Amino acid sequence: MKKLKITFFDIFLLVLMVGVIVVTLYPFLNILAISLNDATDTARGGLHIFPRQFTWANYQEIFGGTADLWSAFVMSVLRTLVGTITGIIASTMLAFTLSRRDYILNAPISFILVITMFISGGLIPEYLLIRELGLMNNFLVYILPMLLNAFNVIVIRSFIDNIPMALTESAKIDGANDFTIFWRIIIPLSLPVIATVSLFLAVGQWNSWFDTYLYARGNANLSTLQFELMKILDNTNISSGSVTSQSAEFVARRTNPQSIQMAITIIATVPILVVYPFLQRYFVTGLTLGAVKS
Amino acid sequence: MSKNLSPANYQAGTPIAPTINQTGNQWNRTPYSPGKKNFWQKLKSQKALLFMSLPFVIWLIVFRYIPVLGWTMAFQDYKPQNSLFEQKWVGLKHFKDLFNEPTFYRALENTLGMGILGLIFSTLAAITFALLLNEMRFTRLKKLTQTISYLPHFVSWVIVANIVITMLSISGPINNLLMSIGLIDNPINFMARPNMFWGVVTAAEVWKSTGWNAIIYFAAMAGVDPQLYEAAKVDGASRLRQMWHITLPSIRPVIIVLLILNIGNLINIGFEKQMLLGNNIVMERALVIDLYALNYGIGMFRYSFGTAIGIFKSVISIILILIANTFARKLGEGRVF
Repeated sequence: MKKLKITFFDIFLLVLMVGVIVVTLYPFLNILAISLNDATDTARGGLHIFPRQFTWANYQEIFGGTADLWSAFVMSVLRTLVGTITGIIASTMLAFTLSRRDYILNAPISFILVITMFISGGLIPEYLLIRELGLMNNFLVYILPMLLNAFNVIVIRSFIDNIPMALTESAKIDGANDFTIFWRIIIPLSLPVIATVSLFLAVGQWNSWFDTYLYARGNANLSTLQFELMKILDNTNISSGSVTSQSAEFVARRTNPQSIQMAITIIATVPILVVYPFLQRYFVTGLTLGAVKS
Repeated sequence: MSKNLSPANYQAGTPIAPTINQTGNQWNRTPYSPGKKNFWQKLKSQKALLFMSLPFVIWLIVFRYIPVLGWTMAFQDYKPQNSLFEQKWVGLKHFKDLFNEPTFYRALENTLGMGILGLIFSTLAAITFALLLNEMRFTRLKKLTQTISYLPHFVSWVIVANIVITMLSISGPINNLLMSIGLIDNPINFMARPNMFWGVVTAAEVWKSTGWNAIIYFAAMAGVDPQLYEAAKVDGASRLRQMWHITLPSIRPVIIVLLILNIGNLINIGFEKQMLLGNNIVMERALVIDLYALNYGIGMFRYSFGTAIGIFKSVISIILILIANTFARKLGEGRVF
């Protein structure tokens, strides 16, 4: 093989890509540093990627303090778990029935599913529906409206379509019914696509804050980490960026709203950081597949 | 040319070919053609499938179709305490109110402004990033850069808004940087300048989405025939020229399809960014249509008015996608419909 000749262009690309990495990571590292730094010291400014006066106080405040942040964290985890599991079961089940060409209701159900990708009722009708259904301030408001998504169902169905028919046919001859085929054959063989869609569902659930804002504000128990963060953001936003309001209570504890805010940001980011590198190869194929279909 | 000619040739020339063709088509379209009795019998034998899909059909109707029926509200003076049949019909009153409201035009302007800026800059950034990444020859750094570039896509807008506000604050890193290289003398309060708000939102969007959006272009580039590059190299084309004359034209269909899809969504830019990054000072530049519907429709209990805004938005969205589609067809490029 010919040895690569490094040209000026290669050096330019190298510098540029390092630049991209720095621009992407610096904000996260900066926030991590602030969250691990003593609050009064942070106010001096000039903090970059290493904490100057290391402390766990901000995290202790979240997980042990009087604030309801611990329960918000638990609620975030709970809705992510329940929402992902119910969502993936629903989409896989529907996708399985739609992958069956001989299913007599295949065409009409596919039709009413695909239509939902193009029309939606909009904010107000959906809000009123949720209210009429009595889902306000109810945990189910995190689960039910997000149960199905036409795009996910179509992605799973195209994956199932590629599983050889012979497998299901022979199972049928052996006397398996459709339920058995679904659980014993389709699910185990569809794990890659299930992993991809689960990641999308989980990220969606974990990152969601607007449904809390709209539908669950009246029940403090249903607050999530993202919503708590949103509230802090909302409060400090008015002073346009520089957090000035430090209550005496916070100063006494050597933490302040800004440091707490940074610590919550980190806590809300870490689960995603942990999960996504493992699932990367799946979602790249998943996205390409979806793009080809659309 | 040949695409247009071939079916006619079949019909005129060979009588056998169309017969095969037709039966093939029929089989694809309707695997069987059931009589009425046959339908119920078949359904009975497919009880398991019915059982597995019916709950979700009901779900689709309740959560996706009933809200669309709710559009009737826009033509009524909707009062929540009355039932569906007791509402007073008022025709286009709410639409007239909407078009007489100066705030609505400001919201429309902001929505389209930020939508177009976001579309242009995020598409350009994604294509450029994919092109340059594609040229990277240090494989390890290439992989690493790609992996890291996805990260912002997976964090919520709440976190991104947090990051943006921290970075742009008066004593934040961006101001420090600009001051230390002497570009500015006094720190800029980015978040309190209405004229900068569109720029801030666009920059945030580019930061969040470039890596993820580039995946699709990057995947398309992987499919380009290597022989094309070989031929160009023989002709003495530099790498920049290869990028311009081979890579870019090869991914043009992908670019066009994505542009059409995105243009259809121009008006559906949502409100998350604007709501999270905005504040009272910049509200005149941050108010977008969805935020307007939220504030007036739910905030002030003007449900019918809010629904009218939603309908207006859907209509614009359909018009935009039709325009983009026609435009693409005129250009002779791939189109969505």
